[in-house]
Amino acid sequence: MSTIAMGHAGTEAAPAEKKGLWSWITTVDHKRIGILYGVTAFLFFLLGGLEALLIRWQLGAPDKTFLSPEAYNQLFTMHGTTMIFLGVMPLSAMFFNYFIPLQIGARDVAFPRLNAYSYWVFLFGGLVLNASFLFNAAPDMGWFAYANLTSKQFSPGLNVDFWIIGLQILGIASLAAAVNFFVTIINLRAPGMKMMRMPMFVWMSLITQVLLLLAFPIITVALVLLMLDRNFGTHFFVPSGGGDPVLWQHLFWLFGHPEVYILILPAFGVVSEILPVFSRKPLFGYAAMVFSGCFIAFLGFGVWSHHMFATGMGPMADTVFSLGTMLIAIPTGVKIFNWIGTVWGGSIQYKTPMYFALGFVAMFIIGGLSGVMHASPPADLQQTDSYFIVAHFHYVLFGGSIFALTAGAYYWFPKMTGRMLSEGLGKVHFWLMFLGFNLTFAPMHILGLNGMPRRVYTYSAGMGFGFWNAIETAGSLILGFSFLVFIWNILKSLRSGAVAPADPWHGATLEWSIPSPPQEWNFAVEPTVDSRDPLWERRRANGGTLPEPARVSGKGIHLPSPSYWPIVTAFGTALTLVGFLMHVNLAVILAGVAITMIGIFSWAFEPADH
Amino acid sequence: MHPPTATGLDTRKLAIWTFIGSECLFFATLISNYLVYKGHSLVGPLPHETSQCMLHGQMTTCEPIFEIPLVTLGTAVLLFSSFFVVRALDGARAGNRTQLIRWLAATVVCGLFFVGMQVYEFTHFYHKGLGYTTNLFGSSFYTLTGFHGTHVTIGVIWLATILVLALRGKLPAEKAMNLEIAALYWHFVDVVWIVIFPVVYLMR
Amino acid sequence: MALRIPSLRRAARWVPALCVTLAMLALAGCSPDGYPQTTLAPKADFAELLDQVFRRSFQLATIVFFLVEGALVWALFRFRGKPGDAEPEQNHGNTVLEVVWTAIPAVILVFIAVPTVQTIFKTAEVPTDNPLVIEVTGHQWWWEFRYPEYNLVTAGDMHVPTGRTVDLRMTTGDVLHSFWTPQLAGKRDVFPKRDNRLWFKTETPGTYPGQCAEFCGTQHARMAFQVIAQAPADFDAWRVGLAAVSAPADSGAPAPDSLVARGQQLFATKACVGCHAVSAVGAPTMVGPNLAGVGSRSDIASGWLPNTDENLARWLKNPQAVKSGVLMPNLGLTDEEITALIAYLRSLSVVPAPGAVAMTATGN
Repeated sequence: MSTIAMGHAGTEAAPAEKKGLWSWITTVDHKRIGILYGVTAFLFFLLGGLEALLIRWQLGAPDKTFLSPEAYNQLFTMHGTTMIFLGVMPLSAMFFNYFIPLQIGARDVAFPRLNAYSYWVFLFGGLVLNASFLFNAAPDMGWFAYANLTSKQFSPGLNVDFWIIGLQILGIASLAAAVNFFVTIINLRAPGMKMMRMPMFVWMSLITQVLLLLAFPIITVALVLLMLDRNFGTHFFVPSGGGDPVLWQHLFWLFGHPEVYILILPAFGVVSEILPVFSRKPLFGYAAMVFSGCFIAFLGFGVWSHHMFATGMGPMADTVFSLGTMLIAIPTGVKIFNWIGTVWGGSIQYKTPMYFALGFVAMFIIGGLSGVMHASPPADLQQTDSYFIVAHFHYVLFGGSIFALTAGAYYWFPKMTGRMLSEGLGKVHFWLMFLGFNLTFAPMHILGLNGMPRRVYTYSAGMGFGFWNAIETAGSLILGFSFLVFIWNILKSLRSGAVAPADPWHGATLEWSIPSPPQEWNFAVEPTVDSRDPLWERRRANGGTLPEPARVSGKGIHLPSPSYWPIVTAFGTALTLVGFLMHVNLAVILAGVAITMIGIFSWAFEPADH
Repeated sequence: MHPPTATGLDTRKLAIWTFIGSECLFFATLISNYLVYKGHSLVGPLPHETSQCMLHGQMTTCEPIFEIPLVTLGTAVLLFSSFFVVRALDGARAGNRTQLIRWLAATVVCGLFFVGMQVYEFTHFYHKGLGYTTNLFGSSFYTLTGFHGTHVTIGVIWLATILVLALRGKLPAEKAMNLEIAALYWHFVDVVWIVIFPVVYLMR
Repeated sequence: MALRIPSLRRAARWVPALCVTLAMLALAGCSPDGYPQTTLAPKADFAELLDQVFRRSFQLATIVFFLVEGALVWALFRFRGKPGDAEPEQNHGNTVLEVVWTAIPAVILVFIAVPTVQTIFKTAEVPTDNPLVIEVTGHQWWWEFRYPEYNLVTAGDMHVPTGRTVDLRMTTGDVLHSFWTPQLAGKRDVFPKRDNRLWFKTETPGTYPGQCAEFCGTQHARMAFQVIAQAPADFDAWRVGLAAVSAPADSGAPAPDSLVARGQQLFATKACVGCHAVSAVGAPTMVGPNLAGVGSRSDIASGWLPNTDENLARWLKNPQAVKSGVLMPNLGLTDEEITALIAYLRSLSVVPAPGAVAMTATGN
């Protein structure tokens, strides 16, 4: 492993433009890997959305038999797992990959080949998880897989094994990426970019990496223990052997609650980039934004048991975890107020990214408020595991994360592709998504409070749930349609969209100082930074405009060499774990280990750059 | 050789520190799991207590299973190896090839001894009636120490690879960082054992 | 500046209207009428305690919602940029303001935290006023209720007396479940080898639906039950009737050659008896629900299929077609056998016997 050297003088010829499938397989360019993440994650996201539509169709009326209970249980489990691990997380990773180096003025991430390895492991993990459908054995026990339903006795099929191994592979990808981005942000900042001058997206990404680094080892161990229970006859979570299913819940939520912030903090970052640019004034309370983000992450490790109020932990534990959870509302409130403060007094430019960013703020407030309600155990005893919770986390994860990530997509698409997205279609997309989202998820509050439990494949007519469920199903169709508009917008723009200038939005951060799309080396000359909004400073100094940056030859710029060892090593890693999935097939495991070892050694002894 | 980083820290060194930070949570979880379950066994053998256990198909009385002297020796050897790798690193930095190779070889031998000690211990426990699934103490003990042993093994392979490079004269002073990173990992594996040893073997 | 005022006025005109409409919609939607399983119309002390905390937090959240969203929406209209606008004032923050809006949520939270903690401790203590202990066991996918005080066991319908605290001690026979009867109490998860407690006292007779709320496998959605709260005399009549139906000698053996007798014989020979007990008195937990009193239960197949002859026939014909995944296999019964079995099961009805109640009442 070697780092990217910035500003090397060399005598080599300019790197040639790379094309073709092989160039994508061997790429170590953070921008290409970002695009790979984005395309893959968006496809998985659409798959998860399709699963959601099937779920909604089944629930559209009482006592429907459109889906069998077995199919429904697989679909809701895969919907949750897919959206979290294959949708929102890697969509954030797309932005980490593409924009962290650009925003900090670096030529690539700290470990480009490790970055490629992360992507390939992620891809294989997603494929393994979804391969379960081919065996009619998709995970069917809910995304938090409570023991002891997951024991061999109650889940004899491969369903749970697919989930364990899929998540284990994805965890490796996340950890490798987290080390990489953490080091990148700490160490590869351009001269002058002090920590407190970093763009807010970089800050929130940094905090996310810390959460990943500290939370994923916990789920790794939990998954190992569950795998041992199922394949090697241990009793960690099996009561008949003295094991305790509650321990699973503790381990899962020790990971699972920070995971919630892993899903939302990048969204905070994206929105904190967009609101200032389209309000034409700086982020309000930069330092408060940084510290509230840190505080949320810190508290996020101390409140996991608020997912377990119904387990009967006793009044002391309930009190502690309840008050801890309520505390999180304070830094979260600070963020919301600061976003409003950013817009306040600005000159709001109503472009599509701004629509989605404002939609995020409006929807996230609702998700935050319902979150405070079930921070109170007495209220939570009614709300937990009901549709009220389903409403809450969709307002946070869809109204929050997805709205923000979509905002980011509209904001950064010109930089990534060199084409503008259509504003008209973008606004149609926004209003359809906003309407569809609220029609789908707002009535869930009502249903939950009126006694509809979550994870039910149907409900009886006498329960009175039919009306709002029908509305929700109609809303979900609008929501689904809004994404067709988005896809149409992307395809149309790629084919015939207006050519994007380097800085279509009058951005404040370094990625807008270079051509769209950036050249392989990002910055021909290493930038220096002396404020939080370097581009605004430059523009002011230049009398309000900046010249369009020229494309340069890149002669003499050192770049990391392409390598196929990351994909080989990733394949070996995935194969090793798949061996455990195949009823602990020793031959497959050993083959996987061998390929991994060959990959690592070849990688270590391969020259890192040309 | 590389231009200075934003912090002045070597990037690979920062990466291994980051990885170690993450690994701390990995072992913390395994150790917690052990502490939760060591008292939850339905049958023996147990770590520090005499118990009823199944041996050769019949219930018998089992002695406490831990044998502290052997593990203490293993612990000492692992501790020494941390010192040895520091000496090796000094040699590498100074371009003193003899010092580098001698101390690095000693480190690898120590690592191998520790792994061998663990293999012996596991086999021995197995013959005394503690299988992997015999009870929760056994399962959580083998899982924790087994994962630690795997880390030691990976460390031995890593250090041995560097030793081969050094023997071929491919570890000049300016590449001492390659060894330093492996050494940091090795120290971490050591420190984890310094936690495991009292918590698992000494604490009752 | 002047340009903005009309748009602002227009906005100001319809924003309150929108708020009122939204609030009315929300209120209409939240009305518990027509939702038998609602959490919003508590009928027992425990649920009442939970509801008070919920209402407090909901009211505060509603106020915050309108203030914050209002500020946001107002800003969006007020600070709409126009082409040619000068760069707005470059404001980086305001420490006083930021301290204030850190403090305000903290203060609001105190108003939620105090009743929360009080209620946590109130609900944690089971009242000691001679409660009726019921041992609840979750099974995939039905609920079993055991009354140690009367040495009775039943399934599906949990009868409780009004005016007396019910002390639930809950566990599971297999995987995790969660006992939830929204109008009476909140959820409580059940774990193997562990007793989890929940309690409530209702003064209102009625039938309160409840449902498993922790995902527990294929038929999680169909793991419902009813709590039937009865005036003490009615409750006593029920339990005496249940004991009576469990002792056929008292209620008279069926006439030989009758359909009921044929059904009883089939019950014993067609493997039914291997999984189901027909006596509620001191019966052990078996694979399937206890069937004493099944003839007069409100539902079959755990609280969601009305207990009609037609539904019973469907169930007996092929349980897997009605509720896939349940342990009861298709026994290959003929229509004639099904008719006889239904007759037998109907004979296992609890017939309230007021005289008997008086007897036990004096006996007590």
